[in-house]
Amino acid sequence: MASAEAYPGSEPARWKYLDQIRTRAGPFTDPDTFYGSKVASEMDRMNVLVIGAGGLGCEILKNLALSGFKNIHVIDMDTIDISNLNRQFLFRQADVGKYKAEVAAAFVMRRVKGVHITAHNKMIQDFDEDFYMKFQLVVCGLDSIEARRWINATLVNMVDEDIEDSVKPLIDGGTEGFKGQARVIIPTITSCIECQLDMHAPRAAVPLCTLASIPRQPEHCIEWAHVIAWDEEKPFPKLDKDDPEHITWLYQKALLRAREFNIPGVTYSLTQGVVKNIIPAIAATNSVIAAACCNEALKISSSCAPALGYPADNYMMYSGNDSVYTYTFRHEKKDDCPVCGNLARDLVVDPSGTLRDLVDSLAVRPEAQLKKPSLRAQNKTLYMQSPASLEEQTRPNLDRTLVELGLGDGDEVAVTDPAFATVSFKFRLVFRKAAS
Amino acid sequence: MLKIWSMKKEQQKAENAEGAAGGKKKKVTAAQLRVQKDLSELSLGTTMKTEFPDPDNILSFILHIEPDEGMYRGGKFSFTFNITPSFPHEPPKVQCREKIYHPNIDLEGKVCLNILREDWKPVLNLNAVIVGLQFLFLEPNASDPLNKEAAEDLRTNREGFKRNVRAAMAGGSVKGVIFDRVQK
Repeated sequence: MASAEAYPGSEPARWKYLDQIRTRAGPFTDPDTFYGSKVASEMDRMNVLVIGAGGLGCEILKNLALSGFKNIHVIDMDTIDISNLNRQFLFRQADVGKYKAEVAAAFVMRRVKGVHITAHNKMIQDFDEDFYMKFQLVVCGLDSIEARRWINATLVNMVDEDIEDSVKPLIDGGTEGFKGQARVIIPTITSCIECQLDMHAPRAAVPLCTLASIPRQPEHCIEWAHVIAWDEEKPFPKLDKDDPEHITWLYQKALLRAREFNIPGVTYSLTQGVVKNIIPAIAATNSVIAAACCNEALKISSSCAPALGYPADNYMMYSGNDSVYTYTFRHEKKDDCPVCGNLARDLVVDPSGTLRDLVDSLAVRPEAQLKKPSLRAQNKTLYMQSPASLEEQTRPNLDRTLVELGLGDGDEVAVTDPAFATVSFKFRLVFRKAAS
Repeated sequence: MLKIWSMKKEQQKAENAEGAAGGKKKKVTAAQLRVQKDLSELSLGTTMKTEFPDPDNILSFILHIEPDEGMYRGGKFSFTFNITPSFPHEPPKVQCREKIYHPNIDLEGKVCLNILREDWKPVLNLNAVIVGLQFLFLEPNASDPLNKEAAEDLRTNREGFKRNVRAAMAGGSVKGVIFDRVQK
């Protein structure tokens, strides 16, 4: 039998339909950016970074591998827990305790020939811009807002007008129970994660007074044990949410309180869930969101169809709470976004000049024109005009030189001024000796 | 690949941003920047003062309140503010440093103020929080009690409650509990 035949289950069969999608123009394909015949070789060369190898990450890795991406890196610092196995399908019982990134990468490489996945058992903060610069696309399946804000700020800051490849599209997926979202961020061009921060509903909190006086639900009793009883009695020096002994103590306290108010439903596992703030992860939601994200990755890479991001819609929300509902819209970029609204501008300064010289110069420099600026560097409060106590504490800095204050060439300085209530400015110091 | 680069060039025509220096330089985080902005907009008036144990760490400070009217007039109270890197997604963590007799502040210093928990929104700022704290001393609220005895006292016997507040502020005991002396 001819080996090139695409019999079911063969390698050619696996890629047949993918190739039809990515090499043939469809009715919505933009002819200006679509080069059907070159797509496959272009995608073969692309480096894609996946952040997170958990519920979403497992799906994303599998989907990307089956979408024709050949070079994938994955970052995750976590190890596999037994409770992951119900939905993180790349892991088996024997893998418990091993690194997620490593096991997931090995699994997908075993099942999809020709794909190469590099695992990094680390935190995203362990890598620098040189590392992130290697990728053409970043796909996130994270559960923390902090990590999202970090990678977002990093990618926005990396944009360099002189480096063509420095704009890395960020595809972000997120799920919470039956709800989820997929969005595409093109750093500095479209609305970023910081612009969209208000889209994340802060987790629902119960008023402290309800907990203290009129609990109505088992969760209230558990929260009471957690935030009030624990502090009063301090049964252990520090609460360790992973220590069964500590959880048992909270559980028993909550149970007593629930009896007092005739509230049924306090269990050990509910206690664990409330204290650790676990929202049940739904495998189906993860697969819907991961599919949407990887679809965007394929469309952005191949140009075979219009992708989320630019110029139109960039945010797709999904809700499976009551039947299935999705809504796609355009989230506007915010002019006063602290990350992408004001990219750091270069400010040429003399390192041996004093801070006072710099503050005074900000008033007259055409690029600043700030009359009452307050200045901070990353770990250094340089000079604050208010509040009064801080002004007093930082006033001596005015007579010190920039070098004495520990500032370095290229460091960022944030400047706020009450005259510009909604905007703040970031400057990147460029050291240049004053001509003598 | 999407023609991102030409998009960028297009967008730039109107702008005049400069190139990056690159490398691993110290960058200000979004939370820090937001706190810096909030601090420079703080209106403390004559009754409040801030104290920064480490001026380089603006995410952690103490707020002193000395109410000049209401039942708590003549007292001085202080609150620790701890702001996490998730700010303003998460509210600042605020705790009263003294043991005081107040219906909305418990003996551990926990504060029941809606915008510090269930009603916090990223659009709120530090000024909203300090105004809220100040308001608690002007108008203690008996309907949302954290210290139930104090709330009951305020509800049933306002004059008696006032006397108890004075006694507690002087470092005396109320219903068997000894309070911190917080008078000026």
